[in-house]
Amino acid sequence: MLGLSKKDTTFLLIVIILTLATPILLQPFPENSALAQFNAGYPDLMQRFAIFGIFAIGFNILFGLTGYLSFGHAAFLGVGSYSVVWMYKLLSYNVVPGLILAIVVSGLFALLIGYISLRRSGIYFSILTLAFAQMSFNLAYSVLTPLTNGETGLQVYLNDPQVLMDESSPTSPHFFGIVMNESVKLDVGGWLFTFSNGYYFCAIIAIIVFYLSMRIFRSPFGIMLRAIKTNQTRMNYTGLNPRPYTLAAFVISGMYAGLAGGLLAAMDPLAGAERMQWTASGEVVLMTILGGAGTLMGPVLGAGFIKYFENIFSKINDNILHTWFAALPDGIEDAIVFLIHPFIGKGWHLTLGLMFMLVVIFLPGGLIEGGSRIWNAVTGKNRRKKHDAEHHPKPAPHVS
Amino acid sequence: MGILEVSNVNKRFGGLQALGDVNLDVAEGTVHAIIGPNGAGKSTLLNVLVGKLIPDTGTVMFNGISVLGRKPYEINQLGISRVFQTPEIFTDLSVFENMLIPCFAKRDGAFRLHALESIAAEKQLIEKAEHMLAEVNMADKRHMIASSLSRGDKRRLEMAMCLVQEPRLLLLDEPTAGMARADTNNTIDLLNEIHEKRDITMVIIEHDMHVVFSLAKRITVLAQGTPLVEDTPENIKGHPKVKEAYLGEAAA
Amino acid sequence: MDAIILQVLNGLDKGSAYALIALGLTLIFGTLGVVNFAHGALFMLGAFCAVTLQKILSLSFTVEDPTQKDFLGNPLKVDTPYVVSWFGDATGNAILNWSVPLAILFAIPVMLLVGYVMERGLIKHFYKRPHADQILVTFGLAIVIQEIVKYFYGANPIPTPAPDAFRGSVDFGVMIGFAENQIIYPYWRLIYFLFSAAIIGAVFAFLRFTTFGMVVRAGMADRETVGLLGINIDKRFTIMFGIAAAVAGLAGVMYAPINSPNYHMGMDFLVLSFVVVVVGGMGSLPGAVLAGFLLGVLESFASMNEVKSILPGIDQIIIYLVAIIILLTRPRGLMGRRGVMEE
Repeated sequence: MLGLSKKDTTFLLIVIILTLATPILLQPFPENSALAQFNAGYPDLMQRFAIFGIFAIGFNILFGLTGYLSFGHAAFLGVGSYSVVWMYKLLSYNVVPGLILAIVVSGLFALLIGYISLRRSGIYFSILTLAFAQMSFNLAYSVLTPLTNGETGLQVYLNDPQVLMDESSPTSPHFFGIVMNESVKLDVGGWLFTFSNGYYFCAIIAIIVFYLSMRIFRSPFGIMLRAIKTNQTRMNYTGLNPRPYTLAAFVISGMYAGLAGGLLAAMDPLAGAERMQWTASGEVVLMTILGGAGTLMGPVLGAGFIKYFENIFSKINDNILHTWFAALPDGIEDAIVFLIHPFIGKGWHLTLGLMFMLVVIFLPGGLIEGGSRIWNAVTGKNRRKKHDAEHHPKPAPHVS
Repeated sequence: MGILEVSNVNKRFGGLQALGDVNLDVAEGTVHAIIGPNGAGKSTLLNVLVGKLIPDTGTVMFNGISVLGRKPYEINQLGISRVFQTPEIFTDLSVFENMLIPCFAKRDGAFRLHALESIAAEKQLIEKAEHMLAEVNMADKRHMIASSLSRGDKRRLEMAMCLVQEPRLLLLDEPTAGMARADTNNTIDLLNEIHEKRDITMVIIEHDMHVVFSLAKRITVLAQGTPLVEDTPENIKGHPKVKEAYLGEAAA
Repeated sequence: MDAIILQVLNGLDKGSAYALIALGLTLIFGTLGVVNFAHGALFMLGAFCAVTLQKILSLSFTVEDPTQKDFLGNPLKVDTPYVVSWFGDATGNAILNWSVPLAILFAIPVMLLVGYVMERGLIKHFYKRPHADQILVTFGLAIVIQEIVKYFYGANPIPTPAPDAFRGSVDFGVMIGFAENQIIYPYWRLIYFLFSAAIIGAVFAFLRFTTFGMVVRAGMADRETVGLLGINIDKRFTIMFGIAAAVAGLAGVMYAPINSPNYHMGMDFLVLSFVVVVVGGMGSLPGAVLAGFLLGVLESFASMNEVKSILPGIDQIIIYLVAIIILLTRPRGLMGRRGVMEE
C-alpha cells in the first residue's frame, strides 16, 4: 500500500494509531493520583513531541543516512518560525500560507548553505554549518531587526496589515477556522483526556512527513545516501557524483526543520532568535543519536524521550522528592534528596549532558539498538550483524 | 586504433620524472598488463588514466574522447571501471545493495532525485543485480553485510559491481595483492572467465608475474617512468631488457 | 593611524584568548586526533579557578568592633578575612588584591589534574571512534561541566577584579610618539596580551627544544611510526592533554578581570575558537595562533563605527564570514598541512 512493502505498511499503521491515540496513552495515571505529574498528555507537551519529532526525522535524513553532521540546523528552525509569523502579520492567522512559506524559504536557505558547506566534508562541514547558523543567529539579533524584531522576538501587533482578516476570523492561529489552541476535554472516571486541535494538526503533519521519510529510506535515493556514508571513492568510480545527492538530502532536511519551526509558531504565534542558537542545533543531534541515527523510528523516539524528560525533570522539586522518599528514615531521605537535587528542576541540563555522554559512550546505536539488544537477549537470538551496521553512524571516508 | 591511446604523457613531481614519454595503445578486447619494478610509474600512470592526476603533457584518449581533466565519475560514465588494490565496496551495505548502486548508476548516469520511488518497483534492475551475483557465485551471500565478507569475496563483489555496469574497459590495480595463493588462482580464473564471456578490454597493473603471465595477451614493461618494451607474454619472458630492468643486470 | 593602532590593540586581548584556546585545541587534535568540544569549558574552568581562589581568600570571620557603632548603636560587626588576620593588614590585603595573578599558581595544578582525569577517564576511549562521536561526547561533557559550575556558582557573572595596581589605563600613544589621550589602553589588557605571548612562546619552546616536545611533534606528524619506535606515545599524549588543559585554564584565569566569568563563557569562546582553528589550518600550531590574533583584530576593526555605518552588523558576523571565505578558497586553512582531516 502507498508504495510500501507489507512490513512497512504495518509499521506505518502502528505509528499512525499510536500517534492518534497519544492523548490517551500518555495519560496513564488518574488526575488526582500522586503519579499524575508523570502524565504527558497535555497539548503543549504533545505538540512539542510531534514538532521536534519532525525536526529530528528531517535531521536524520541528512546525518543518519549520509553521515554529514550538521551543527547548524537550528537556523532553519528559526527561519521557519519567522516565515509563519510574517504571514500572520501580513495576511491572517491562517497557518497554511505561513507553513508553505516556511518550507520554501528554509529550503532555499538550505540550498545556499548546503551548496557552500558541502564543498567540505567531515569536521570542516560541521564547523561550516555551525558558522552559518551562528551567523544567522547574530544577524537575527542585530542587523535584521526589521525582519526579526531582534531581542524582543517577532510577534503580531494590532496595527499589522493582516489583509485577509475580517470580523469573523479567529484571532489566534487556526487552520481554516479550526483554532489551534482549542481542545476537547474528556473526563472518564478520574482520567482527564485532552484532545487538542493543535496536537492533531501537528500529529497529522508528522505522520505525513514520517511516511515521506519512510519512502526516502526505501528509495534508490536513500540507498545512494547510505552508499555515500560508506564509501565515496567507490561512489565516484561507479559514475556517481555524490554532491547533488548530499545537497538534496541537506535541502530536504532543511525543509523538515523549517516546517518544524513553522509549526512552533503555528502553536504559539511568536518567533525569537534564540531558536536559532547552536544549543538548539545540538539538541536535535542529541535526539537523533539518542533514538538511533539512521533508523526510521529512532529520531522520533529520541525527540519524545528528551522532551518528556525535560518536562518532567524541570517540574520536580525538592518537596516532591521529599514526599517520594518520605517512607525512608529522615537522614537517608535528606541524603537522597540532596543527591538528586542537582539533576532536577533547573538542573535538567546537567541530566541532559550526562545522558548525552552515556548514550555516546555505551549506546552509540541509540535506544533502537539498545532495544534490539534487549530483545535479542530475551529471545536468545544472536545479534545479527546487519543491525549493527545499519545503526552505527560511521563517518564516511570522504573524497577530497 | 586501440580503444585506449596514451600518447607522449609526461608527469613530473618536483624533480622526479614520474612518467616520461609514455605511449600506450590498448587494442579493444585484449588483456593488457603493465608491469615494472617498484617506482616505475605504474600507479602514476593508472592515476592519469582515471583522471586523478593530470599529466604535464600528452593526451589520453578513450574511444576517441579525451579523459584528461574529467572527474572520476565522468570517466566512469565514459565506460571505464576500476578495481582497486584493496577492494572499495560499500562496507555498511548488504551485498545485494552493493550490487544495486552500480545498476542505478548505469541507468541514470547524471543525478536524478528519485526520492519517492520504491526500490522494489525496479524489477529489471533487481533482476540484473541478482543475475550478476549468481554469475560470481555470491547469490547465497546476498543478505550479508559487505564488511563481513572474506577478502576474496570482497574482491569478487567489487568485480561484479564493475562488470554489471558493462564497462568497455576494466582497469585492475594489483587485483591479487595480499591474497593467498588459492585466492589468487580463483581470481585469475574469474578474470579469465569474465574476459572469455564478455570480451571486455582489461588493463592490469600487477607485480605478480604468475598473475600477469596467466592473464595478459600483451605486456608493457615500464621502467623509470618510460615504457621499455611492449610485446606478447612469450616474448617478454626471455627479453634481456626486462631482466635488466628487474634484476639490474647492467652488464647484460 | 592612531585609530588603527587602537583597534589593533583592542583586538589583541580577545585575539589572545582565541589564540590560547585554539592552541590547546590544536595540540589535542594534532597529538590525540580528538576533536574536543569541551575545550571551551576548560577555559571557563580556568576563569572559575580565579573566582574560587578569590572566594577562598576572602573567607572571613566576624568580629564586633567596639570602636564603631552601627545605626542602632550596637557595636559594628566587621568581616575580617582570615588571610588578613594571619598575615597582618598590609600583607593580607595585598594577597586579597592580587588574587587573580595568584590564581595562576592555583590553576596550574588544578587544570593539569582536570586534563589528566578527562583524558584517562574519557577521551582515551574515543581515540578509535569516529570524529562525530568525539564531537558528541565532548559536547555532552561541556554541558555537564558548565551545569556543575552553574550549580555551585549560580548563573550570574562574578566580578573578579584585577589588582589595584593594574586598574586604569595606560596612555599607549605617548609611548610610541603620538599626542596624549589618543590611544588609551587598559593596563590589564596589555598584561593579558603579554601573558598570552609568554605562554605561547613557552609552549613553542617546549615543543621545539625538549626531547619530550620533539617526540610529541613527531607523533603529530606520524603517530604510528613513533609508536613503532618503542616510545610510549600514549603517556606523553596524556601529559600533552594536561598541558593543553592548563593553557586553556590559564587563558581563563587571566581573562577573568576582563569579563566577569559566567558559566557559559566557555561555549561562547568555543565556537569562535573552532572557527579560529579551522581558519588557521587544522593541526597547525602557528596557524592557530596567527588566526587567533588575526580574527581578534579583524573583529575589533569591524566594530568601529566607521565600518559599521557602511556595513551594519558586520561586527557580528565578520569572523564567520572570513572563516567561510577561507575554507572555500583555502580548504586547509591558512597554514594547514596536507592530509590532516581530509578523510
